[in-house]
Amino acid sequence: MQKRIAASLLAWIDDRFPLTKLWNEHLAKYYAPKNFNFWYFFGSLALVVLVSQLLTGIWLTMHYKPSAALAFDSVEYIMRDVDWGWLIRYLHSTGASAFFIVVYLHMFRGLLYGSFKKPRELVWLIGMAMYLALMAEAFMGYLLPWGQMSYWGAQVITSLFGAIPVIGDDLMQWIRGDYLVSDATLNRFFALHVVAVPLVLVLLVVLHIMALHQVGSNNPDGIEIKKKKNRAGVPLDGIPFHPYYTVKDLFGVVVFLLIFCWAVFYAPEMGGMFLEHPNFMPADAFKTPEHIAPVWYFTPFYSVLRAVPDKLGGVIAMGAAIFLLFLLPWLDRCQVRSVRYRGILFKSALTLFVVSFLGLGYLGTQPVTPEATLFARLFSLLYFAFFLLMPLYTRWDKTLPEPERLTLSPPLRQRQEWYWRLLIRGVDAALASEATQRARAFGEQILYRLKKYISSP
Amino acid sequence: MKKVLLPLFFWMLPLWAGAVEGPKLDSVSLDVYDQTSLRRGARLYADYCLGCHSMKYQRYSRMAHDLGMSENEVKKDFLHGDGKITDVMKVSLKKSLGEKWFGVTPPDLSLIVRARGADWVYTYLRSFYQDPKRSNGDNNQVFKDVAMPNALWELQGIRRAVYAADGETVARLDTVQKGRLTAKEFDSAVADLVNFMAYVAEPAQLERSHYGKYVLLYLLILAVLFYHLKKEYWRDVEGPSE
Repeated sequence: MQKRIAASLLAWIDDRFPLTKLWNEHLAKYYAPKNFNFWYFFGSLALVVLVSQLLTGIWLTMHYKPSAALAFDSVEYIMRDVDWGWLIRYLHSTGASAFFIVVYLHMFRGLLYGSFKKPRELVWLIGMAMYLALMAEAFMGYLLPWGQMSYWGAQVITSLFGAIPVIGDDLMQWIRGDYLVSDATLNRFFALHVVAVPLVLVLLVVLHIMALHQVGSNNPDGIEIKKKKNRAGVPLDGIPFHPYYTVKDLFGVVVFLLIFCWAVFYAPEMGGMFLEHPNFMPADAFKTPEHIAPVWYFTPFYSVLRAVPDKLGGVIAMGAAIFLLFLLPWLDRCQVRSVRYRGILFKSALTLFVVSFLGLGYLGTQPVTPEATLFARLFSLLYFAFFLLMPLYTRWDKTLPEPERLTLSPPLRQRQEWYWRLLIRGVDAALASEATQRARAFGEQILYRLKKYISSP
Repeated sequence: MKKVLLPLFFWMLPLWAGAVEGPKLDSVSLDVYDQTSLRRGARLYADYCLGCHSMKYQRYSRMAHDLGMSENEVKKDFLHGDGKITDVMKVSLKKSLGEKWFGVTPPDLSLIVRARGADWVYTYLRSFYQDPKRSNGDNNQVFKDVAMPNALWELQGIRRAVYAADGETVARLDTVQKGRLTAKEFDSAVADLVNFMAYVAEPAQLERSHYGKYVLLYLLILAVLFYHLKKEYWRDVEGPSE
């Protein structure tokens, strides 16, 4: 009876809205390669973090006051007097950093396996647009607590627009809505952070997924699974996204939440990385902090900016450092996608790129010294070389033959790489520990009693 | 690749070393769960600091609850029958008077430990010395020419600087008048005071570490469940090999 009602209700909806069609196209009959590995968790995790940011953000706006006179106090009010306010605030502030961690790993996955290459150029471009939107979102959100770093960070970054010739000064004032960062700036950043940019982000997420599902997911081997299909037209190496990847991602989400909640509950400041110490002093337009540093996720680009001695030059270099990422699909001339079958040139270039990105990131958190500037310049050169020389080294690279079908990774216990062995050893030690044994015995006893209780008449 | 990276890493090491700046700070170990220490700190704060420095985000009622004191106790000892238990810790000193006496309005200290760090506050409070060149009579080794005089002098005693040959740098501090506490007692009193200020900087830290362990335990159980759920679903993909 209930089944019949549900079926007829579904039919009623399907006549009016493509519900079953959407469900099938994007979940139940969307065939994803069956060899997704660790790196493929971060797309769904980014979505989880986005939803968390939206929800906690909505609740924060219920108590936050977007005015220069009240903003700082209202954040402390949330931290102290609002029920669970501290939790909502820490989820949001830690979520901002988590968002960038997850997105950087997601983008790195694209680099590793050539996910940006033809035919996925639009997936990459839309993703890059999201990255830009995310940077704008984070930058404007950071002004809202109205602490010293909020204020002076915004002052420095908005002043960058002043370096543009001819229109610079007017543009800077137009963005700030005042000669300096002030109440007017705070109000407009609030509007953009809470309404405009989130709308853009959500729209771009939809486009990103639509574009991805049009061309199909890439995989660690970088080969097309659509080339080999069975008679029903289903890729031989594909499995339906739902339920296979939904249950797998569910596990990924919980592991992510374990780490994320550890940070939220035990290290929300992350030693000054997620919440900077000077930001616990209210914004003061007359007191410049000794050392102005953006939050860690902007520091690689901040380093590039500081590495160039000229202000306009620095702004151009910083812009270029981000813009070059957009061009990746056309800079890469290699015939194979995945790093697994690429040659030594690309592998070396990618390693140097990672080192330079992390190096720039570290230096961006530190005060300027002559040695630090030297390193920042060296790393900036490496960073740009990765992109600008890419058409050459990817063409010269000696690639390995790609497999016909996907290579499935061996079961966890048979993997030889040191990090897997380390993980297995850790898990084994944890399982063998007395605490686990006791927990298991306890669980078994409860199950036993439950069974006895159920089977008793 | 390792041949390139290792030297690069060691070459960068001096950067880490160079990153440490400013005066050397003494480290203080805090325990915001030690209610007796917090109560001693609150007492000291009320007696020596609250005259000038407000804690405008801290309610007396919250303090009573978190420090394990009864509301009547707080009313009697801290409010002296004046004001409500739900009041925040304000000062009686007028803003204009503060500026007249010290040149600046004494800052609110609700968040000072989060802004400066506990070690900084601990070292700062123990680094005052008498300096006749200053209009308020005191100077500080951590915060040079600070507007604040040594509020804790009657506990610490009075110390005078002995300058090095250049007449500028302070070589050592000599005690010229003993205080009510010995050096060790004074350090421990300041540690209590900083402990209280660290609590006030984030009262929620008591809650978050309380709930955190349950949240993590719940997620751990969920992770085990989801791991087996995934295994179950994937059996027909991976085959029975595992």
